[in-house]
Amino acid sequence: MTLTKFSRLAVVAALGVAAFQVAKADQITGAGSTFGTPIYSAWAAAYQKVSGNALNYQSIGSGGGIAQIKANTVTFGASDMPLTPKELAAADLVQFPTVIGGAIPSVNIPGIGPGGMTLDGATIAKIYIGEIKNWNDPAIAKLNPGVKLPNLAIIPVHRADGSGTTFIWTDYLSKVSPEFKTKIGEGTSVNFPVGIGAKGNEGVAANVLNTKGAIGYVEYAYVTQNKMAYAKVINAAGKAASPSAAAFQAAAANVDWSKSDHYYVILTNEPGATTWPITGATFILMHGTPKDKKASEQALKYFDWGYHHGGDIAKKLFYVMLPPVTVKQIEATWAADIHTK
Amino acid sequence: MAVITINSSDAGPKALASTRAAVVRSFRRGDRAFRLVTFTAALSVLIILCGVMLSLLFGAWPALRTFGFGFFIHATWNPVKDVFGALAAIYGTLVTSVLAMLLAVPVSFGIAVFLTELCPWWLRRPIGIAVELLAGIPSIIYGIWGLFVFLPFVQSYIQPFLINLFAPVPVLNVLFAGPPYGIGTFSAAFILAIMVVPFITAVTRDVFETVPAVLKEAAYGIGATRLEVVRRVVVPYTRTGLVGGVMLGLGRALGETMAVTFVIGNAHAISSSLLAPGTTISAVIANEFNEATDPMYISSLIALGLILFFITFVVLAISRLLLMRIEKAEAK
Repeated sequence: MTLTKFSRLAVVAALGVAAFQVAKADQITGAGSTFGTPIYSAWAAAYQKVSGNALNYQSIGSGGGIAQIKANTVTFGASDMPLTPKELAAADLVQFPTVIGGAIPSVNIPGIGPGGMTLDGATIAKIYIGEIKNWNDPAIAKLNPGVKLPNLAIIPVHRADGSGTTFIWTDYLSKVSPEFKTKIGEGTSVNFPVGIGAKGNEGVAANVLNTKGAIGYVEYAYVTQNKMAYAKVINAAGKAASPSAAAFQAAAANVDWSKSDHYYVILTNEPGATTWPITGATFILMHGTPKDKKASEQALKYFDWGYHHGGDIAKKLFYVMLPPVTVKQIEATWAADIHTK
Repeated sequence: MAVITINSSDAGPKALASTRAAVVRSFRRGDRAFRLVTFTAALSVLIILCGVMLSLLFGAWPALRTFGFGFFIHATWNPVKDVFGALAAIYGTLVTSVLAMLLAVPVSFGIAVFLTELCPWWLRRPIGIAVELLAGIPSIIYGIWGLFVFLPFVQSYIQPFLINLFAPVPVLNVLFAGPPYGIGTFSAAFILAIMVVPFITAVTRDVFETVPAVLKEAAYGIGATRLEVVRRVVVPYTRTGLVGGVMLGLGRALGETMAVTFVIGNAHAISSSLLAPGTTISAVIANEFNEATDPMYISSLIALGLILFFITFVVLAISRLLLMRIEKAEAK
């Protein structure tokens, strides 16, 4: 079959119009967290097959997500750092958590495999302050009886870009080390006095994998996918915890989200014998009285689909879902606070 | 455009003159329009430049007003406490660029001299093309290669060697103090050097080729060696072009972003050791602009941009001055 030039043009034009109509039909726009990007995109691809509605998500970082939703250029913003109730009220925003993840201290030490050594919060804080400089330091040896640690300089790796992972990490270290709190503090980008900075989770992972003596914090998915060596961390119960979906859920189980103020909950250093101490949720921000009500309604439908049908996808990507009780509560929040009608 | 028809049979000399005037007028109009179009094109450059400058100044103003002159002389960069100082980034930008030029200029001159003076004909094209290909590699590739291939090698072999080599030498043992991170100012400068070599080489080779053969042959004729010919004939003859080539390389080194971000370590610190991690202005902007929400944070990043703009401007001005001085000296 050969098409004449004209009919070919007509086909192209028709396809173009069709594509335009699909795009126009119901496109949800969002921007923000790079940590949430894989799950939001995977959910969107599956959701589009079911509903025909596409998601246009810009992975620009949590800070960018907050700025974009405040400027009203997107339907939802995504941030790894929750906003305080005061900030939410000032910008007419509603916030809710979507999935849970954790920051893992990955290491590159000859002879140490995944979970091959143990650290505690105070020691990690001292490493990032620059007080502990060598892997054979007595403080580390004390935590690892029977483990042979080499005489090797410690090279701390941190994020160079603003990052929700940095927020979880520094929030935890600030909680367990008063010295860290006063010297460095918590935030999405802080001033680390020592070590090297890298861009994104993948940048930190690459630097740790490439640099002998390095320690760096990355999301759980990166540790699993890159088969990186990591240290267990002693949690609030005094037990050495290993990172896993169950350990993140154990941290989340401690939280009574119904009592939380606008879901402003930080999951670091939670009690429980198996709890991973450096856990955090990622959040969505939407306007209480949105300008485009229909778009917001579509966005909520998308997230609702994610909560109920996105579990398998989340598991494949090493994210942890919220418990069903919490999902119910979030849906109640939507009905009460986001006016899409 | 203008169609000229001259019909001499029924038009008198007067009519002919008026047609000619009309034609000339239309030519003049065309000329004026052409002039206007090209002038607008030229003007747009100035407008864009002023626009960039003004928006940078406008964006940077809150930071400059808050921190004042301290912004340029403090190295603290603390987004948590909203305290910003640009010194570490300025220092890193200048040190990596100057170090890169120290490494790249001799190599580039060497390549150019070899290609134009000593190289056998059959080897000229392959080496020339290889240099040009090197110039065409996108900077992100250098960054990735640097991080995954070059850095592990540097950390395991080159840096321990340098640290041990310079340990007993007074000043150098501070400049090359351990521990070997792999990543750091030195590695960034090295990658930058590789990136600017093709630029400087290309320009240098082209200007070397402009030296008239007569001059060189005359020099050989009176018994000059090759080194003497290069030093006394080729280099003096092409001085202006050489300065231009070096400045082109320096300009690229100052503004290079991605490759440097990958390998410099992105640490807001000024270290006495060249092996320690540091940062540059463009790396800071690329890394931190995305997630900067606080107005003072954004303003400080824009102020960094303004400083980079200023540094590039100064480098250009210096190279102009240098060229003028050379030209003046030659005129005498």
